[in-house]
Amino acid sequence: MSDITKQSLSELIKNIKDKKLSSTEVTKAFVERSEKSKELNAYVTEDFSAAIDKAKKFDENPNLDLKLPGIPMAVKDLFCTKNVKTTAGSKILNNFTPTYESTVTQNIWNEGAILLGKLNCDEFAMGSSNETSFFGCVQNPIDKDLVPGGSSGGSSSAVAAQLTPITIGTDTGGSIRQPASFTGIVGLKPTYGSCSRYGIVAFASSLDQAGPMAQNVRDCALLHEVISSYDEKDSTSIDFKRNNYVKELTNNIKGKKIGIPKEYRVDGMPKEIEDLWKKGIDYVKDCGAEIIDISLPHTNYALPTYYIVAPAEASSNLARYDGVKYGFRADGENLIDMYEKTRSEGFGAEVQRRIMIGTYVLSSGYYDAYYLKAQKVRKLIKNDFDEAYKKVDAILTPSTPSSAFKIGEKTNDPVSMYLNDIFTVPVNLAGLPGISIPAGHDAKGYPLGLQIIGKAFDEQNLLNIAYAMEEKINFKNKITDWWIK
Amino acid sequence: MSKDKSEYLINRKDNQYEVVIGLEVHAQVTSESKLFSTSSTKFGAEPNTQVSLVDAALPGMLPVINEYCVKQAIKTGIGLKAKINKRSVFDRKNYFYADLPQGYQISQFKDPIVGEGKVILDMPDGQKEVGIERLHLEQDAGKSIHDLDPKNTFVDLNRSGVALMEIVSKPDLRSPDEVNAYVKKLRSIMRYLGTCDGNMQEGSLRADVNVSVRKKGTKEFGTRCEIKNVNSIKFMQMAIEYEANRQVDLIEEGQSIDQETRLFDTKKNETRSMRSKEDAHDYRYFPDPDLLPLEVSEDFIEKLKLEIPELPDEKKKRFIEKFKLTPYEATILVSDNETSNYFENVIKKSDVKLATNWIIGELFAALNEKNLEITESPISAGNLSKLINLIKDGTISGKIAKTVFENMMEGDKDPKKIVEEKGLKQESDPKALEALIDKVIDDNREKATEYKSGKVKLFGFFVGQVMKVSGGKANPQLVNEILKKKL
Amino acid sequence: MSIDLKTIKHISKLSRISVDEKKAEKLAGDLNSIFEFIEKLNELKTDNVQPLTSVAETTLKLRDDEVKSKNLREQIIKNSPQENEDYFVVPKVIE
Repeated sequence: MSDITKQSLSELIKNIKDKKLSSTEVTKAFVERSEKSKELNAYVTEDFSAAIDKAKKFDENPNLDLKLPGIPMAVKDLFCTKNVKTTAGSKILNNFTPTYESTVTQNIWNEGAILLGKLNCDEFAMGSSNETSFFGCVQNPIDKDLVPGGSSGGSSSAVAAQLTPITIGTDTGGSIRQPASFTGIVGLKPTYGSCSRYGIVAFASSLDQAGPMAQNVRDCALLHEVISSYDEKDSTSIDFKRNNYVKELTNNIKGKKIGIPKEYRVDGMPKEIEDLWKKGIDYVKDCGAEIIDISLPHTNYALPTYYIVAPAEASSNLARYDGVKYGFRADGENLIDMYEKTRSEGFGAEVQRRIMIGTYVLSSGYYDAYYLKAQKVRKLIKNDFDEAYKKVDAILTPSTPSSAFKIGEKTNDPVSMYLNDIFTVPVNLAGLPGISIPAGHDAKGYPLGLQIIGKAFDEQNLLNIAYAMEEKINFKNKITDWWIK
Repeated sequence: MSKDKSEYLINRKDNQYEVVIGLEVHAQVTSESKLFSTSSTKFGAEPNTQVSLVDAALPGMLPVINEYCVKQAIKTGIGLKAKINKRSVFDRKNYFYADLPQGYQISQFKDPIVGEGKVILDMPDGQKEVGIERLHLEQDAGKSIHDLDPKNTFVDLNRSGVALMEIVSKPDLRSPDEVNAYVKKLRSIMRYLGTCDGNMQEGSLRADVNVSVRKKGTKEFGTRCEIKNVNSIKFMQMAIEYEANRQVDLIEEGQSIDQETRLFDTKKNETRSMRSKEDAHDYRYFPDPDLLPLEVSEDFIEKLKLEIPELPDEKKKRFIEKFKLTPYEATILVSDNETSNYFENVIKKSDVKLATNWIIGELFAALNEKNLEITESPISAGNLSKLINLIKDGTISGKIAKTVFENMMEGDKDPKKIVEEKGLKQESDPKALEALIDKVIDDNREKATEYKSGKVKLFGFFVGQVMKVSGGKANPQLVNEILKKKL
Repeated sequence: MSIDLKTIKHISKLSRISVDEKKAEKLAGDLNSIFEFIEKLNELKTDNVQPLTSVAETTLKLRDDEVKSKNLREQIIKNSPQENEDYFVVPKVIE
């Protein structure tokens, strides 16, 4: 097995720039490893021969000033990629090939990267284990029959298994951070409005954000620099001065104030998580930063709020999947019959459930009690963070309430599945940036992550804190390649 | 209720019913591109050639609002003397239909861009104020074509996403005539402002008509029915008449009115129910999370106020005061900006009274016959002005002028040239006329005697003879004067 | 408050997803347990709270009135389920 795939993104870029490696060599290495790793089921669509062609073309006339020169990369199948099938993990888009490119992926290709393929995910980004995908479950490379987390399960699995040096996922309630935590990698959800949503299959418009999923914080910062941009085609995109995230990356966080929110200490929290959090606090102190106790009083209401707002927006965003213009269409005797059959057969059970919840909470007579109420509570949750940030620069919490669970373990109980997002959801509701870094292992040897939440637009500070802690933690992901025969 | 005003009532054996009407007018904004996308709004294009990725609701597509449309909505609000809301919100109106690609329409529900206003109507028996409830911006839907195939419907999304201003009136209208005046007034105001071209044949202006009836004297409103998508004023009037009578008949029979949506069948001239109660829509309105609230500053609004031209009401007032026109004349001349501009150009150098009569009379008749707008008038304002001056200074008579006018309608020629070329100058030399008249009287001695002995009607005969002998060129006024003296 | 079969059938009609008896029952069960969890929000008094309109800390940007998308018919119709170069084709609505 090639050593190329063991290298980090930053190392590969350096080697390509130093002409020690060619794009063709690197791309072939990842293609080869991906082809041997089909058991993980991380890919929905492979674009390997096109990737190698592009790599060869790059090598003929390499532009080494680019930020991702000749780097092969697979991306979550929620990003519309021109002329490459984009399914959102759903049967209803199984035959859909976009004629356009998402802004985020265009930014990536503009910097010289090459598409390897599209990565598996929970259907329409709805899920926390990649078990709702039409294309089947994804294996967590940590151990057999373990979920990789979701919805960006194919993404986290592919990075952890080194089938791609880095990738992008999307995060609506934790879909980057939770799978990152489950697979022992780094995942960043940027401030809402930092990355354009144009060309990303929409789930919940006021919560969705694209973000990097990487092997280390520096790689993460590098990709974030590429994907974060102001886009006129997205009315919620924000025009703010973006840092040179890599150049300004530093492990010096002396004097920074890190908040520990007491409400995150939930009932029945496993001791391992509690211990990890305590260790995290020690690491922070080790770095010369200060620990401050804070309160985010409305934390417990975040999940119920999320499970009103997200399905409501999704129910409306998914109305366009009606079999009329594109996608799967079932035969129907008349228009309504066609709609009903198309959507019942085209959407999986979790998606249908959430559409029903969303439709209900917006419906006549219930709007005030549910949707309007949820938007008010969301205000309270945001206010909590605004208050806290008067005292601290960032907040430290666990990423997930447990390590990765077995495939099939939680599929019968939607609520228990939803509880996976308990630590990540408030961050989306408040529109803040959050990063998960691998920080330890549980008794089974499965990775556990710590989450750092930052102030809006303050990704540099967030990345610096993560960078400093990563150095102290010195995490080693235990990948045994068990799936490669 | 004034007893002087003529009322529109539906009469039955023992009861009289009043009709209460409210209109929701949909006016297409005169923008080049659509409300939230960058495709064209031109009428009449090949199917699906003016559809962007956003219009077709492809995955990942997002709306971006057109500033021009926002401005036109505010300008229209100013023209309706309405409150401009500095902060307004776009909501999604969710329902499924083949010509609604997103599965929702972006509209404004609770917080529209324009609030309450009013429109003044000039009715034969005086002015009437009609209240405006609100004006909001929304997307138009595409077109479903049902008759190209027996089993299928064909969908053209060209119109999908075009900006509409929905203007909601208060239920202040009481008759088909008032509806006619209201729609024409709205259209006129928007055309003055340039915010909507009001072309009903192309669908730029259409209305949903809400009709209810109540016994004369009652204060409570009856149950209303909504007649959707009526695209001509004539149809609106017919629909209202039919619907009001239908409702009255039901009430007279002791039945109640079901609140429902109806369509006007233009072939049968009747309204019929569109949807059964079961399919009642629950639109599940909520603020569109892809858009932020729209905020406009006082400055933004003030700048737009400066762009507002003199509107019909103000112009009418000015015409009456400055040019001493009658309200009737003024109303006609201000009904659209092009006509009032034409008029003001003509009277720059010619007599107001004559100009008014010639424009409202001869010109309008001639344009109507050839189906032309005043902007397409073969006769320019300048040349009409010249023609009027020729009449005023006695060069030609009014009758001759009509001939010249007809000539000018064939191609915009200088009337002076026409008069010269055709030798149409009227004879106004008293001596020459006297000579002519003497000859006529001479040739008709008997009739002259008859006239002098009392047959006054023969005066016309003599006038006619003089005109005949002079080839129509004798100055009629002078002829009359001189004839009177001589007979 | 409980979500009954009648409600499930009504919502499924609104969302254009067909349900049979069995599916409706399962959905009712799932939705009820989810809503039990959501009911927690009723513990909070929010009468004087303004609802959050957006977390995007910016104002709505206005675009110029320019036609930029021209004749994309081929692209638009490319993924259409029915073969027709000019129109989208759907089964008729029964009025």
